[in-house]
Amino acid sequence: MSDLFFSNVPVSLADDLEKQASVKDAQPVLFAIVAAPERPVITCFGIRASDGRLQKATWVKGSITAFRDDGDAIVLGERAAEFLKAEPGQKLELGQQSYPVAGIVRTENGFEDGGVFMPLRCAQKAFHKEGVASIVSVAMNPGHETGEVKEWMKANHPKFSALENEEFSKSYSQFKILKTTAWVVGGCAFLLGGLSVTNTMILSVFSRIRELAIVRVSGFSKGQVARMIFGESLVVSFIGMIAGLVLSAAGLRLLKLVPQLQGYIDPSLGLTEILGALLLAVVTALLGALYPAWYAVRLKPADALRYE
Amino acid sequence: MSEMISVEDVWKSFDRGRIEVLKGVNLSIARGEVLALCGTSGCGKSTLLHVIGGLEPPDRGVVRIDGGAPSGEAERLELLRRGVGFVFQLHHLVAGLTLEENCLVPAVATGLSRSAARARVRELAEATGIAGRLDRRVRELSGGERQRGSLVRALLNDPPILLADEPTGALDETNRERVFELLLDLARSQGKTLIIATHDLDLARRCDRVVRMRDGKVVEDGV
Repeated sequence: MSDLFFSNVPVSLADDLEKQASVKDAQPVLFAIVAAPERPVITCFGIRASDGRLQKATWVKGSITAFRDDGDAIVLGERAAEFLKAEPGQKLELGQQSYPVAGIVRTENGFEDGGVFMPLRCAQKAFHKEGVASIVSVAMNPGHETGEVKEWMKANHPKFSALENEEFSKSYSQFKILKTTAWVVGGCAFLLGGLSVTNTMILSVFSRIRELAIVRVSGFSKGQVARMIFGESLVVSFIGMIAGLVLSAAGLRLLKLVPQLQGYIDPSLGLTEILGALLLAVVTALLGALYPAWYAVRLKPADALRYE
Repeated sequence: MSEMISVEDVWKSFDRGRIEVLKGVNLSIARGEVLALCGTSGCGKSTLLHVIGGLEPPDRGVVRIDGGAPSGEAERLELLRRGVGFVFQLHHLVAGLTLEENCLVPAVATGLSRSAARARVRELAEATGIAGRLDRRVRELSGGERQRGSLVRALLNDPPILLADEPTGALDETNRERVFELLLDLARSQGKTLIIATHDLDLARRCDRVVRMRDGKVVEDGV
């Protein structure tokens, strides 16, 4: 699967899958991007009324009975309703057409919460994808393994891939791009951080050569001097980490306020991120202080103090 | 008096042997002796002090301190920690610290307890007349106070030898006199062996002994 939005899976596949003993439910989902006035990018989910997404969602306004497979009423995610300023009973312009809003739902998934749910047939028509969906989501019957569906798919529909949620996340090209981008950006930030620490510590060491010479004259061993430099570097990195965390938290809050991103970003800074930042700060501090510490240790106090 | 420092045929060069600074220096200094090392700039006074104090190893020859000849890194470190105290032309106090914190630096190296080190600083500060200035930052101190602070720092670990390299060279006339007198008084009252490198002959004559250097050699050794 190269891209969700270009994937074409026949809806009949969902019906075939549902006939399998191992399958409890198979729901075709059509993903599309649609534009609303002043909101150029909104994710649209073409689904059946029986889809678990709407069944399990919390209905903030309206009811599921208004969302019918043969109708054109749409349901909005709570965030989408917020930034589109739409209410049930209103008509909402999406792309070339207007659709009546049947209700507003709150879902666990931020991606869905910022999107629009449209009856599958209506979506197929709007996006010229009659008879097809982007994916078929499958729920297993108790006591059955996902491997059974995979085997069946391999035997009967070898052109399509059957993936579990985790496999899907790993294989989906856009997620891969996002992850790769995150790693590259993170790597660059790590390098920049390391260089900044090195630069700070080099400036610190170079501007205090005579002070370092005096501590050597006062009997500091090379180890004591190195520990001093590494300690200072850790303090610098720790301060940087705290400042970075505060800025990140503020940045995430700001992103939450950008209407175009609502529903796509879930701003949270958990313990894992904080511990990760702390670990990175320590590693950056130690690596960044290597050269300055090496320089300070090799410094000959007599040379440093000879020239006034 | 027994011998405290013995410099035996010491040679020292820099720039891979291209600049010879000490050329076979021989010197014997008694315990508690106050010696002035005189000579023009570049004659080798500072380098000789550095070699005696363990900051530089000699290329050839031996320096004995109280009978032993510190040669390895560990021995030289021990000499710097407890054997010698250095006073330089400039005070080299750390600008961001108070005078007391500066004076405590050698105690960190030796691991002396903070209370003992502070008591020692207080005692030396009383003796040098800067007790009331210990809580001040370096920028708040006069040139003379700074230099007296560096003297306290040099004496903190109670070394038997004090090496002063042009200690009054950066001071005005009044402070020069006060700091020099203080050095002599402290050395004599505490039984320190003191070597002062200076080109000021008036000051040098007030020491127990004057040694004159020229071109890396001792050319005159008079009492």
